[in-house]
Amino acid sequence: MKTILAEIKASMGIYESEPVHGLLAEFADPGALLDAAAQVREAGYRHFDVHSPFPIHGMDKAMGLGNSLVGFFTLGGGITGFALAYWLQWWTGAVAYPLNISGKPFFAIEPSIPIMFELTVLFAAFGAVAGMFALNGLPRPHNPLFYSRNFTRATDDAFFLHIAASDKCFDIEGTRQLLTDLGGYHVELLTEEE
Amino acid sequence: MGHSTSHSTEPPLVTGNLSFHELTELVARHAEKKPPMAWYVAIGISSLMLLNLLVMIAYQVWNGVGVWGNNVPVGWGWPIVDFVFWVGIGHAGTLISAILFLFRQRWRTSINRAAEAMTIFAVICALLFPTIHVGRIWVIYWTLPIPNQMDMWPQFKSPLLWDVFAVSSYFIVSLLFWYVGLIPDLATLRDRARSFIRQRVLGVFSMGWTGSNRHWRNYEKAYLLLAGLATPLVLSVHSVVSFDFAVSIVPGWHTTIFPPYFVAGAIFSGFAMVVTLMVIARKVYGIEDLITLNHLEKMNIVILLTGSMVGFAYITEFFIAWYSQVGYEQYAFINRATGPYAWAYWIMMSCNLIAPQVFWFKRLRRSVPLMFAISILVNIGMWFERFVITVISLHRDYLPSSWGYFTPTWVDVMTFVGSFGLFLTLFLLFLRFAPMVALSEVKGVVPQADPHFHDRESS
Repeated sequence: MKTILAEIKASMGIYESEPVHGLLAEFADPGALLDAAAQVREAGYRHFDVHSPFPIHGMDKAMGLGNSLVGFFTLGGGITGFALAYWLQWWTGAVAYPLNISGKPFFAIEPSIPIMFELTVLFAAFGAVAGMFALNGLPRPHNPLFYSRNFTRATDDAFFLHIAASDKCFDIEGTRQLLTDLGGYHVELLTEEE
Repeated sequence: MGHSTSHSTEPPLVTGNLSFHELTELVARHAEKKPPMAWYVAIGISSLMLLNLLVMIAYQVWNGVGVWGNNVPVGWGWPIVDFVFWVGIGHAGTLISAILFLFRQRWRTSINRAAEAMTIFAVICALLFPTIHVGRIWVIYWTLPIPNQMDMWPQFKSPLLWDVFAVSSYFIVSLLFWYVGLIPDLATLRDRARSFIRQRVLGVFSMGWTGSNRHWRNYEKAYLLLAGLATPLVLSVHSVVSFDFAVSIVPGWHTTIFPPYFVAGAIFSGFAMVVTLMVIARKVYGIEDLITLNHLEKMNIVILLTGSMVGFAYITEFFIAWYSQVGYEQYAFINRATGPYAWAYWIMMSCNLIAPQVFWFKRLRRSVPLMFAISILVNIGMWFERFVITVISLHRDYLPSSWGYFTPTWVDVMTFVGSFGLFLTLFLLFLRFAPMVALSEVKGVVPQADPHFHDRESS
């Protein structure tokens, strides 16, 4: 159970290891990062992640990540919205508050379609956004990566690869060597005490 | 890797050959440094207009809707005209952010942030008008299905209620879409922030974003799905707005052409507003390398296309009126073009159908002063389109004994002017505090973002 939870958290980029969190290396450009990610995966690492100012084409494949699950949340949201709109219009119109308007039926599908459509879209959008946050483990105000001064450039123009200490292949010296060999520089050890 | 960029004949999306860091600087610094003098002048004027709006709303709520020109037979006057006008403006933002995204039109990245902001602010202005138009603003919550002690529920068979749902869903989805797009850029601002408070505030809004690829994967999927959802939504919103008219039996309103024609008109007016705002913003903020003449030209082509579609719809309406052989319908259209409001009809025709035709010429659609002038004309023309539809159809219907002539009051005029104050104030605050260009997206479309860019360089 504990390992399952840890793996789910790892899929969100949350790795649990104290006091050493992992090693962070900078790479020169998106291409170098893409190659490094593929090699790190080749070397058997699983708890690693790359950080870049924009999504890099082909990175999911290099990291061995499958299709995102956000679509299922969106589908769930859409079905919920549709069911809610159907039920709401039927129950208020035909059960709770029936009003005779020019002899029209109390409930019919045709005039209910616009609101069914709107609520389907609305709740599907809720599902997409909530699903994206849930799968990403956001909001996450505290992240060991923020210990690195250099890491503030991850949202500007720098490309980072982070290998977490929770990975079973992790070994401070060996992993540091691997990152340097792949062309990483500014290799930093992220630890709890500063 | 022998072939370099020769396969692509498209001009670069962003000019100036800027590095990633230069792009960040170019956009982010405007949200950090003191704004230019022009900004203070503009917000001074727009705040006064906004204050005027608040006074007008207070005056109207205190005295009732009688302070407006609305009266039998024209029960829907300026407030509904203004409502449709503002909802329409909003549509271009969603078109740029969602529909062009699905069509992989990557030039959108430079303008989508500002256009989405415009959507949200325009929809806020739009929501204002029906809210005060109901007369008893303190019971506006009756339009929402909220359980209450009277055991009453809204009437879901009414197109007016569909409108409540359509426009508010549109507002919420646009806001979500905009916010999701903002998160990576807010993180950029957070990481550049120096002061403690700025770091905390941006830290909360950026949700701890680190640019992780595990996150980008879900983020991009969510963004794609939101674009896919926003596309039918935006088409449905103005269709539902047109149902307010088309479901009635008033001559000139009861037509099936309304939904597509309203949607085309909405995109048309919205693009004109984007051009108006962008022409000024790119100059004042010096971001001509991001919002290039090519971007403006593409928008002008959309204006030309949608303007011609709208013009075609105007002419089709006339044809159908004649072809229907219904006297009332025929009269409604002859009255539009030759009746007491003919001036409004011809302003609409010349601004919407004739003016954009200058964009057939490449030199003219790349002329900044000209496109600015045309965009203003289109905005005026599209306001008059809604005036023509709303007022001319109502002022003479079936019974000549109930015909009348509508004149707005000063409150109508000042409320509409005030709504521009609300819109501009919000837009200026956006320019001041948020990254006005989608940074992470622009970085993704420059050549060096391609992982194979450096392979080519070296070979």
